[in-house]
Amino acid sequence: MAFFDFFRKKSETAATAKDRLQIIVARERASTSARGAQSYLPKLQQELLEVIARYEKLDLDQVSVNLDRRGDCEVLEINIVLPGEARTERSLRPGITPVSV
Amino acid sequence: MAKVTVITSGKGGVGKTTTSAAVGAGLALRGHRTVVIDFDVGLRNLDVVMGCERRVVYDLVNVVRGEATVRQALIKDKRIEDLYILPASQTRDKDALTIEGIGRTLNELKQMGFAHIICDSPAGIEKGAQAAMFYADEALVVTNPEVSSVRDSDRIIGMIDAKTQRAVQNREPVRCHLLITRYSPKRAAIGEMLKVEDVLELLGIELIGVIPESPAVLTASNTGTPLVLLENTDAATAYIDVVKRFLGEQQPHRFIEQEKRGFFARLFGSDLATVG
Repeated sequence: MAFFDFFRKKSETAATAKDRLQIIVARERASTSARGAQSYLPKLQQELLEVIARYEKLDLDQVSVNLDRRGDCEVLEINIVLPGEARTERSLRPGITPVSV
Repeated sequence: MAKVTVITSGKGGVGKTTTSAAVGAGLALRGHRTVVIDFDVGLRNLDVVMGCERRVVYDLVNVVRGEATVRQALIKDKRIEDLYILPASQTRDKDALTIEGIGRTLNELKQMGFAHIICDSPAGIEKGAQAAMFYADEALVVTNPEVSSVRDSDRIIGMIDAKTQRAVQNREPVRCHLLITRYSPKRAAIGEMLKVEDVLELLGIELIGVIPESPAVLTASNTGTPLVLLENTDAATAYIDVVKRFLGEQQPHRFIEQEKRGFFARLFGSDLATVG
């Protein structure tokens, strides 16, 4: 079938390679955190907890701190669920705007 | 002050040993006392690429473990003054190397007056590769214009940024240079191969040179001759350019664009044709 292959237009696969690599590299840089970007997160979580505990009785498991990548910027997301019967599942999240790092 | 340079890549088979031999020989040819160390313990190859496999008596593991002196293990090149090789062990495994032992060996080489210490890293990201990069001042990251090689290079650059002595001690970071090997300007031009600019954009480190895909590379390893001695070949010319840039000389990049030769130039073999 070499005769027919000759007429078939070759696709430009280098562009596909570049697109794939951009995604792979971005994901792996985030997960290996070569620059130590995520290393302070556990400590941040602990300290936040201590501050909030001065004002509210808190459950250790009710605070989550995450670092996400959205497009070009990193988003630090802090989610705190306050206890209490009247306001179960009330989240502080709307009050905390994402911080671009 | 001696400069320690690691030749690394993550992926195997992209040209680390060829580059170590060529750059080491190129530096020595320009009068810099240079030693090339093979860190690929268990799979040594620098000795065959540099044509001194029959002269290996002691190796890096012997020196690191104090079983031989550096002077006993060094092999002096017979063609190039100022060029020395410190071979790897073929029988031991990578655990035989210790970071402290390597540090002691490098210090001894510095005291012997070497200007350049080239560390030829094994493939992978494990202990052997980390041992080769730990004391580096500069790094040559060897990359083929191909997805797996670019991905692995990115990992290695991340490790250089985090796990070298300079990183651990918060000193000025290791200077990373990108060397693209096995490049075909023709295939890149028609979209079959990643372009130099694509790889640069993805990896974000400075370009030190582009080595074109060349039959000279196999000729050099077949005969155990450092590539830079194969004068007038494209790959040798490209490596000599790399050495000049490494030494801080201004040298415009070549072998990136397809050589354009007009109809008449091809017909009459004119030298007017531009070298890209």
